[in-house]
Amino acid sequence: MPDMARKTTTARKATVTALAWTVGFLIFFPVLWTFLTSFKTEGEAIAAPPSFLFFDWTVENYLTVNERSDYPRHFWNSVVIAVGSTLLGVLIAIPAAWSLAFVPGRRTRDVLMWMLSTKMMPAVGVLVPMYLIFRDTGLLDTKSGLVGVLTLVNLPIIVWMLYTYFKEIPAEILEAARMDGAGLRSEIIYVLAPMAVPGIASTILLNIILAWNEAFWTLNLAAAKAAPLTAFIASYSSPEGLFYAKLSAASTMAIAPILILGWFSQKQLVRGLTFGAVK
Amino acid sequence: MTLTLRALLGASVAAGLSTAALAETITIATVNNGDMIRMQGLTSEFTAANPDITVEWVTLEENVLRQKVTTDIATKGGQFDIMTIGTYEVPIWGKQGWLVSLNDLPAEFDIDDLLPAIRGGLTVDGNLYAAPFYGESSMVMYRTDLMEKAGLTMPEAPTWADIKAAAAAMTDKENEIYGICLRGKAGWGENMAFLTAMSNSYGARWFDMDWKPQFDGAAWKATLTDYLDMMNNFGPPGASNNGFNENLALFQQGKCGMWIDATVAASFVTGADSTVADKVGFALAPDNGLGRRSNWLWAWSLAIPAGTQKEASAKKFVEWATSKAYLELVASKEGWANVPPGTRTSLYENPEYAKIPFAKMTLDSINSADPTNPTVDPVPYVGVQFVAIPEFQGLATAVGQQFSAALAGTTSLDDALKNSQDLAIREMTKAGYIK
Repeated sequence: MPDMARKTTTARKATVTALAWTVGFLIFFPVLWTFLTSFKTEGEAIAAPPSFLFFDWTVENYLTVNERSDYPRHFWNSVVIAVGSTLLGVLIAIPAAWSLAFVPGRRTRDVLMWMLSTKMMPAVGVLVPMYLIFRDTGLLDTKSGLVGVLTLVNLPIIVWMLYTYFKEIPAEILEAARMDGAGLRSEIIYVLAPMAVPGIASTILLNIILAWNEAFWTLNLAAAKAAPLTAFIASYSSPEGLFYAKLSAASTMAIAPILILGWFSQKQLVRGLTFGAVK
Repeated sequence: MTLTLRALLGASVAAGLSTAALAETITIATVNNGDMIRMQGLTSEFTAANPDITVEWVTLEENVLRQKVTTDIATKGGQFDIMTIGTYEVPIWGKQGWLVSLNDLPAEFDIDDLLPAIRGGLTVDGNLYAAPFYGESSMVMYRTDLMEKAGLTMPEAPTWADIKAAAAAMTDKENEIYGICLRGKAGWGENMAFLTAMSNSYGARWFDMDWKPQFDGAAWKATLTDYLDMMNNFGPPGASNNGFNENLALFQQGKCGMWIDATVAASFVTGADSTVADKVGFALAPDNGLGRRSNWLWAWSLAIPAGTQKEASAKKFVEWATSKAYLELVASKEGWANVPPGTRTSLYENPEYAKIPFAKMTLDSINSADPTNPTVDPVPYVGVQFVAIPEFQGLATAVGQQFSAALAGTTSLDDALKNSQDLAIREMTKAGYIK
């Protein structure tokens, strides 16, 4: 009887593993396809039926893209905007999440919901007002302007994530620190932050990814000087013409850094995202 | 010694700073297509002749560009000194006073050399508000080998009856050859560009002189009936998802007998990526004997937003990029086939250019379109395959969805027309055109 149970478990495990791999492959497939297409000629890129691996591999698209566009500049803009907005956001969100988690009031839930509700409005609804503010403050096409706007865009998510992690930390520990004479500042910096490191790290990583991929504000508020990799990709699409291979090369170059970052930090990411999931 | 060195260093830094301070940077927004990319590649020729100007490019996909430059010009954001815009925007923006008049470009620009149809579409109240960079129309591209096999010859100026007969004769569904490939994907610049141009040759119009929508008339019904008949019987499967690029891919792979689309496609279907490059013929877009053909007219043009601080430098660039000398520059570097087409009479008088196989067809197509008088009956608007009013983008996309659904078979022809008429009346009443 127990033997049978073990067999079922093994079979189930295998099925679940196979299913997980299938889902993983399905999710990854568009990225893989983009990568493969970037090594095809424009003619092969639209061929039907498409060839999967057996085509004449060429790096011509990468050479063309590098010749036509200033990749390092776009890359640097992306780094500054993504990292800058995330760090600024976390700096603002840590005290906010602390107060929401440890000094809850009657309206804490409402405040949290209100913050999240700002994410529910379509961004284009405030495009013109934002554009006018940017115009009048001279922030159009500046990295600092984009850092500001992406901080605001992602702040609700950062606050929510940190709030969830902080809620998992027993308030008694903070109380004990207070009893030992820790001020608010030391309490947050020396007691709360170290305990919440996995949560903070995964919040930072996730928000860097979100900011890196943000394509509405970065495309609309930047032109030449502050344009990040989203603008770099958008310059290779066209309604009339053959562009899939070059677009794929540009996309691969744009997502490669964030993919590599995600690969190396996946342990941290998963740990952070499942933090507190099992009580 | 050290002092001299310091003085020298100081002087060179000062010199460098003063050059940098003198050089004025102009920012140009443009779309990603071959002729524009070539222009970017030749920027150094311009800056060599104008060392006091540096050029910064912002290249974007057409729809992203349109959204971005529209936001910028409507809010007077001033991010761009030159914008690449089409014949749809120029009349609207010119009327709003958003663009700088180009009537005062120097005599070498030779404004009278511009093709009249193109110039007419870019002029508002006698002011040229954008300089055409390249112009395009639409025409029939067909497979000469399939026509021969079917025992037919394509007239130079076919009628829709000719097209229908040819589509029927060339279709061989078992071998995945479809007689005709046309746009079906919904969108004001997708299926509606084609269908609006087609409807002109049937005598249809979007609005009468009182801005009353006309989808309940016989002419639109005849247009849509023929379109659906041809596509359902002789078109490729899933055509309601096909735009320019999808049809291009089908044609290049030898799956289309005919394709009616932008003249710019000629260089693609006869290019290296095409499996049928040596079997393509060209003909004018078809008509119905009513005096209007079904071709459209579009020109990507360079315009200067009013209020730019760098108007003089911007004008210099616009003049350079749209001049006769620029055409010669491109010809000398990359050959006449790569010269931006469709803007100047002198180009078509050039014997070298006349050797390009599709040159004459492009010129004839452009000349047969009249944006100020696009269809049989008079209309209150400008535009061949569009109506140059701000409401058109939204309205035509909604109508395009109805027509695309009719092609996909999810709605009937009559319902599509009725829904379009209702939509148009509602939108035009809301916008104040219908009192």
